[in-house]
Amino acid sequence: MSWFKRLKDGIQTATKSKKEAPDGLWHKCEKCSELSTHKELDENLYCCPKCDHHVRIGSEKYFNIIFDGKYTRLFDEIVSKDILNFVDLKSYQDRLDAIYLKSDVSDAISVASGKVNKKPLTVCAMDFTFIGGSMGSVVGEKISRAIDYSIENKTPLLIISKSGGARMMESAFSLMQMAKTSAKLTLLAKHKLPFISLMTDPTTGGVTASFAMLGDLNIAEPGALIGFAGPRVIKETIKRDLPEGFQTAEFLIEKGFLDFIVNRKDLKQKLDDLLTMFTNVESEAELNEEPASAS
Amino acid sequence: MVFLEFEKPLELLYEQLDKIKEVGDGGVIDVSDKIKELEKKIQNTRKEIYSNLTGWQKVQLSRHPERPYTLFYIDQIFTRFTELHGDRCFADDKAIVGGLAKLGSQTVMVMGHQKGINTKMRQYRNFGMANPEGYRKALRLMKMAERFNIPVVCLIDTPGAYPGLEAEERGQAEAIARNLFEMAQLKVPILCYIIGEGASGGALGIGLGDRVFMLENTWYTVISPESCSSILWRSWDYKETAAEALKLTAEHMLEFGLIDEIIKEPVGGAHTDPEKMAKSLKSHIKKELQTLQEMQPDDRITARIEKYSKMGDFEEVDLNEKKPAKKK
Ligand SMILES: [Zn+2]
Repeated sequence: MSWFKRLKDGIQTATKSKKEAPDGLWHKCEKCSELSTHKELDENLYCCPKCDHHVRIGSEKYFNIIFDGKYTRLFDEIVSKDILNFVDLKSYQDRLDAIYLKSDVSDAISVASGKVNKKPLTVCAMDFTFIGGSMGSVVGEKISRAIDYSIENKTPLLIISKSGGARMMESAFSLMQMAKTSAKLTLLAKHKLPFISLMTDPTTGGVTASFAMLGDLNIAEPGALIGFAGPRVIKETIKRDLPEGFQTAEFLIEKGFLDFIVNRKDLKQKLDDLLTMFTNVESEAELNEEPASAS
Repeated sequence: MVFLEFEKPLELLYEQLDKIKEVGDGGVIDVSDKIKELEKKIQNTRKEIYSNLTGWQKVQLSRHPERPYTLFYIDQIFTRFTELHGDRCFADDKAIVGGLAKLGSQTVMVMGHQKGINTKMRQYRNFGMANPEGYRKALRLMKMAERFNIPVVCLIDTPGAYPGLEAEERGQAEAIARNLFEMAQLKVPILCYIIGEGASGGALGIGLGDRVFMLENTWYTVISPESCSSILWRSWDYKETAAEALKLTAEHMLEFGLIDEIIKEPVGGAHTDPEKMAKSLKSHIKKELQTLQEMQPDDRITARIEKYSKMGDFEEVDLNEKKPAKKK
């Protein structure tokens, strides 16, 4: 099923959606080699039942994990353009066209608004399957509009990063998305709306060096690779092997760059906890009520 | 004099000139006409070569070993430069220099990437590749400038932020991200000049400002042509092709609306007449600062954020259409 067909429906109903399962009945864990069925894996939110390795998942799965059922997709109408007529081994336009044919998403980031245990939240989630989750003009613009939307609707913002970095085929336009997203985030801060940055495997390059590191809260999934330069580049630079666990979420929390690491199974509850921390209410009971101001 | 490969015709002419001068020094033959002729030829050849540079040739020029660096410009443009060191957390990064200086009667906070002028100094400056403490020093200086209402001038010239092990440990990404966030809201004017290489996040880390300018023979984009070649072409051999594809020259950047203006260089590049280059940079900084200082801080910040918000190009499709509408 192609993305524009589902996009037409506008509002999504959660969970029941399509299988999207990779071929074959069995999934072999890339970390511990444990075999599990896709059904088991799906029920386990794509974490290995044996070793808890967090398998990379796409934006829609995150929306389904986080939101209470229904949510509204936003800004799907914004799609990439071959601004520079960029050609490497393939033209950028051909790459885009090839991806549109098989992809579930319209670019490397999707935006949705919904409720987390009745508390409103705007969520941007990246898709690694779309040109390595690379940040081009569309990623920058969608984040920019998600920030405007959060301000207009007075909701906190969550960005789930999963990216190899900049989209080279958009050259300097992609570089400037770092400045654009960071500058726009200052407006969210001015409106005193919390920004939670969740880094998942992998989060590197220009994405890390802009919005991903700018959360009021920086959190990450276990084992996620997070860094500025990629491990290969660092290895070539320093000409020796990298220490075990270098640039993992566990490494970053020790170095002081993360607030906490969150297991995917606990993500929704953790978000709920955080959202209540930034809300002042009269009684504890109110925490579980639908806020009157929500649109 | 150092000649780049595309300057070969010039090198040959200079060799001829030297030979003729030698003959002239013998005092037997009058060679003054011949010298004049050759000098004219050199001038024309230089003009011809430089009127039609490719992207890759500009990349080479931006890395010319005789090209003036940040400290040269600071020395030429400002007085009473007082270098300020350290990020107050970890170390003093030698790849980014900065400090207070006077431009006429106006105090400015000037900073920039610094490359070394010889083998030893290149090591010392880490080839202009900053570590996190470099970006944090820059931010410390900017915040101080803000407190005392002093405008900020950034000179950018880096092959990239340093991709080292310790740089990662100390949060290279966080340091750059923090600068972008803080520079967006800085209450004083920020002027940015690409004076050499403008490579990726390492350049942008001190490159978000009210106005961004590029010297004529510089480049600015998200990745070096070499790295781009190795990733997209899976070989190091396509740097020239990558340089063209990336459209990384000042002309392209201006056309894209990603910079505000191009600063002309002397024919043959900034290194052929560094003093002249510094002089025109000086008058440019003066003029731009004056314009920016006439604005209210809040208006300046709003305009700055607006400017970056507009950067990017994409399509907006009708979701009821079957396919994304494409302009061809
Ligand atoms: Zn496993």
